[in-house]
Amino acid sequence: MNNLNLPSYLEQEPDVRARFKKIRQRPVILEVQHLGKVFPGADGDIVALHDILFNIHRREFICVIGASGCGKSTLIRILAGLDYPTSGQVLLDNQEVKGPSPDRGMVFQGYTLFPWLTIKKNIMFGLKMTNHGNNYAEEQALQWIDLVGLSNFANAYPHELSGGMKQRVAIARALANRPRILLMDEPFGALDAQTRSQMQAYLLQIWRNVDITILFITHDLDEAVYLADRIVVLGTHPGHIQEIIEVSVPRPRNPDQFLTPQFLATKKRLEELIHPPEKNRHEDLPMIRLTQAGDEVI
Amino acid sequence: MNTRKHWFAIRKDLSGQRSWLLGLCSFLLPLCIWSLVSYTPWIWHPMVRISDPGGVAYFQKDMLVDREIFNKENAFMREGGESEARGEPANPIYLPAPHQVVQAFITAFQTAPIRRNDPWLHQSILHSITVIFYGFTLSAILGVPLGILCGTFAFFTRIIEPFIDFIRYMPAPAFGALMVAFLGIADAPKVAIIFIGTFFQMVLVVGNTTRLLDKSLLEAAQTLGATSKKLIFHVIVPGILPNLYRDMRILLGWAWTYLIVAELIGASSGISWFINQQAKYRNYDNVFAAIVMIGIIGLTTDQILRFIGHYLFPWERRN
Ligand SMILES: Nc1ncnc2c1ncn2[C@@H]1O[C@H](COP(=O)(O)OP(=O)(O)O)[C@@H](O)[C@H]1O
Ligand SMILES: [Mg+2]
Repeated sequence: MNNLNLPSYLEQEPDVRARFKKIRQRPVILEVQHLGKVFPGADGDIVALHDILFNIHRREFICVIGASGCGKSTLIRILAGLDYPTSGQVLLDNQEVKGPSPDRGMVFQGYTLFPWLTIKKNIMFGLKMTNHGNNYAEEQALQWIDLVGLSNFANAYPHELSGGMKQRVAIARALANRPRILLMDEPFGALDAQTRSQMQAYLLQIWRNVDITILFITHDLDEAVYLADRIVVLGTHPGHIQEIIEVSVPRPRNPDQFLTPQFLATKKRLEELIHPPEKNRHEDLPMIRLTQAGDEVI
Repeated sequence: MNTRKHWFAIRKDLSGQRSWLLGLCSFLLPLCIWSLVSYTPWIWHPMVRISDPGGVAYFQKDMLVDREIFNKENAFMREGGESEARGEPANPIYLPAPHQVVQAFITAFQTAPIRRNDPWLHQSILHSITVIFYGFTLSAILGVPLGILCGTFAFFTRIIEPFIDFIRYMPAPAFGALMVAFLGIADAPKVAIIFIGTFFQMVLVVGNTTRLLDKSLLEAAQTLGATSKKLIFHVIVPGILPNLYRDMRILLGWAWTYLIVAELIGASSGISWFINQQAKYRNYDNVFAAIVMIGIIGLTTDQILRFIGHYLFPWERRN
């Protein structure tokens, strides 16, 4: 990839630039202000997050990317209100986030569907919890089941569904509450490659049709570039923002764009940030020869 | 080797047919051994049942004597030129043969108690079941909610579990004399022993089961708008229900274990009273029948409960 003549990832075509300008003019929905998180550990404190600062605009699709253990889950849990920051704060519509609330929907990597409820009841759960009537909840649930294409499974139990289907239910369940923002923590991480790309297309389609802002966590570079308007790149030890990248790949996105120069340029930049070249020298590993086969196999 | 045809594949299921066959064998094998010992004259049979006393003065027909004594007496008879006693090899009276126990199964129910006011066998059994029912229900009504609280709130774990852990090590029967002093000699102390035997374990077991519920389900529910009270009744309780049901089945088995002690304190009653009474009259076939009956009652209730559970929790039917 280094030898290819790629444009700079910062270069934007006029319509892409115009689009980002429009996004910036939209109201800010979520403000992450100097967020820090320290876990007290047995041998010293672990600084999981350090001075995280960014804004999300209405209807924006943000990806957060970073190596394993850099604090992505910690960040999204704080945004969801499931964990508390040790410094800084999070504002949703200018209100400080103080705990979990249905205005911030969450989709977890483990599907976390309620195994004792049917698909329909799972989707109705949030509406029932927020004191909506049974009829309204059921009507809404059926609509969401249709939207995620699971009409035949309304009365099935979660264990009867495949991983991709379960995650579609989880998305519908979170969206049925009409949250302001949808938080997703590596939602497709456990799926096989084919299901995964199918789900990515699904998610973009849902995002187009539903008035929702999405913050999506991943460690997959392709996924981040394919989905996001902007990518927040986290570095490790402690988790901090390395760069916030505006993805110059035009919308609507489709899988054919994976090999376009803009796509590759953005991906290359991510690669540089997340796997700095000097840390990636496999050739220097000590090697023991364990095969009798001749050199012709390599 | 094709593991699907293997009887001893590690952590692999056997076919339905083989499972059934082995299940049957697990009952048939002990029965076979029992039959062998009972019906084969040259296996064990340390006694002799006298059929003809001959010249031995104190032998009587149908009397059981040790084979050694039988041989010694006959040696005397031979020396004295008198007629020898004759008899068949037999097992001691405390090991009745299978057919005798099967017979006892029927006759035990039909035999009137020796004293007029004593209960019939079916009344004894019913009495035992009643004691278990009250003891276990009482302990479930208090133990399950307390266990759920312990598994949900660290506050209750800290304030309740250490003391319960302490009491748990005291064997329930140790409280027998105390309970009689507190509650009299009727059924109350028996119910109390069943309660003591199951309640403390129940709180700890249910607390543990509650703690095992996947925490991410609670977090998911919170992001969907569930608050504390709703979390307990809409997530924790339904989430642990299948495991709670399984715990209760196991604990009910323990209740039967404590029953035998419970029935012997104060005025003895129920099936244990029947067993003791029959042992006193040396009706060991009835003793065996009663013991087997406890096993049958326990196994049947458990199987019925399992079957009900299968319908109560359709989402647990994985395979
Ligand atoms: N509850 C916790 N207690 C202590 N340390 C934690 C806790 N949760 C996460 N960490 C630490 O914080 C860092 C970031 O974890 P996490 O947010 O799960 O990373 P990621 O999701 O990016 O893989 C890790 O080093 C992890 O060990
Ligand atoms: Mg993570």
